[in-house]
Amino acid sequence: MSRLEIRNVSLDYPGQSNGNKVQALADLNLVIEGQDFVVALGPSGCGKTTLLNLLAGFISPTRGQILLDGKKVRGPAKDRGVVFQKHALLPWMNVIENAEFGLKLQGKTLTERRKVAGKSLTLVGLEDFQHHAIYQLSGGMQQRLGIARVLTSDPDILLMDEPFGALDALTRDSMQELILKVWASTRKMIFFITHSVEEALFLATRLVVMSPRPGRILHSFDLDFSRQFLETRDSRAIKSGPEYIELREEIFSIVRNQG
Amino acid sequence: MPTTTSPEKRPDQQSFLRRFRRPGISRAAEEFGVPGKGRSLLISVVTAVLILTLWWVVAGMKLVSPLFLPSPADVWRQIIEVGSDGFGGASLWKHSWISVCRVFAAFLASCLTAIPIGLAMGMSRIFRGIFDPPIEFYRPIPPLAYLPLIIIWFGIGETSKVLLIYLACFAPMALSTRAGVRSVSVEQIHAAYSLGATHAQVIRYVVLRAALPEILTGMRIGIGFGWTTLVAAEMVAAAAGLGYMILNASEFLVTDVVVMGIIVIGLIALLSDLLMRTIERKLVPWKGKV
Repeated sequence: MSRLEIRNVSLDYPGQSNGNKVQALADLNLVIEGQDFVVALGPSGCGKTTLLNLLAGFISPTRGQILLDGKKVRGPAKDRGVVFQKHALLPWMNVIENAEFGLKLQGKTLTERRKVAGKSLTLVGLEDFQHHAIYQLSGGMQQRLGIARVLTSDPDILLMDEPFGALDALTRDSMQELILKVWASTRKMIFFITHSVEEALFLATRLVVMSPRPGRILHSFDLDFSRQFLETRDSRAIKSGPEYIELREEIFSIVRNQG
Repeated sequence: MPTTTSPEKRPDQQSFLRRFRRPGISRAAEEFGVPGKGRSLLISVVTAVLILTLWWVVAGMKLVSPLFLPSPADVWRQIIEVGSDGFGGASLWKHSWISVCRVFAAFLASCLTAIPIGLAMGMSRIFRGIFDPPIEFYRPIPPLAYLPLIIIWFGIGETSKVLLIYLACFAPMALSTRAGVRSVSVEQIHAAYSLGATHAQVIRYVVLRAALPEILTGMRIGIGFGWTTLVAAEMVAAAAGLGYMILNASEFLVTDVVVMGIIVIGLIALLSDLLMRTIERKLVPWKGKV
């Protein structure tokens, strides 16, 4: 059981002139553990991508610290897998080579790599596209491959930076269902960023609403629509239920009042 | 009920000028508004044939003295004649072979130096700081301007000739390679690090591969510059080579050999460019698609 802890984290970006720095995050505290599916929701400029970059280790905080299982995060590592908004796949490798890239970096043999990567591809439904080139895949398939690539390395946590933001509405719905199935079968914790209220409500077990400049956590909700979906497999019923709609409107008004 | 419009001219029947002015859809299922698309091969062939015909007619009607414009037949005869009997002490094949060797030796030396230096410039601010001023300074200078200096320093032997062509290849290749390194996306690098890559692995599996398309473009431009510089390189103390052959022929006013030499250089350069393009298609099929 893993535990990711954000402890009193602040981050200032250096401004144009001296003393003119921009405070992106102010004194943030958050704990992600077990099988949490944490979704950070907020308007653009609220520092949610900055927060994900901090968790991934791409930047380090100005104050405070981030701990994974008690150990301080000091840069990117394979215990925290990242799925990017724009897929960030490597176009000179085909689908299976992208999926097994993490294992190749670890020096695993080809048979071993193919076995594990094949499983991740099956999990995201790309098992029939192993030898396709990246540019032959649709946007949704590229994102699924991005998820498979991370799963192959078996991280403790998945960090997802608006992974479905560039997809069309229908693909987006099916990707949301897919990520919930992946979450249920791998039992990993997920930290997910979005600016879509609907997406946040449907996926999260814990939803944190952030405010902009400086980024702070305004509200935190415990939700179970994702667990309902995994039981019933009926997303339309959930999304049209009164409970969902009521919460959706409440959160909409919170986000909208932030400007 | 759909309204019927009066029968208009189909767009592809519009006059050429009108189609040129308006970005109209000219064929069924064609996308609107992208300028300059469509195949141009046929038009290019027509252009080439027209130029050849014009040349043939003007020379054939003796509108211009053969001293200024030899006929295509004369040029073709020179290819056969110089091919068997030679001109200026060597056959056409020897001239061509010597020139090809010079250009490719320079090109190879440039590949071995410009690509590593370009990579170093892309990846390290120190190397960029060191190599940027000399490359950017000498790059726009015409090779003929520094040819005398090279001869004073390195003599009139083979070294100076290859060095001149090498310098012409070097700058575009180094700068392209450097641009290639910069073209890798930060997400791809972050992704690799998040999958546990070391710094060396990021360079090997991500940066070098991402730079490959631009490296190949640089090689194509480089070899083109090499051929451009050939005649300058063979100006001094050459005993064979296409550039030497052209210069020698011009001294004796053998214009048909001059034209023949120009055409042969053009054809060889075209062949080497096609070769590079084929290599490009094989090595970087993803280019321009992601």
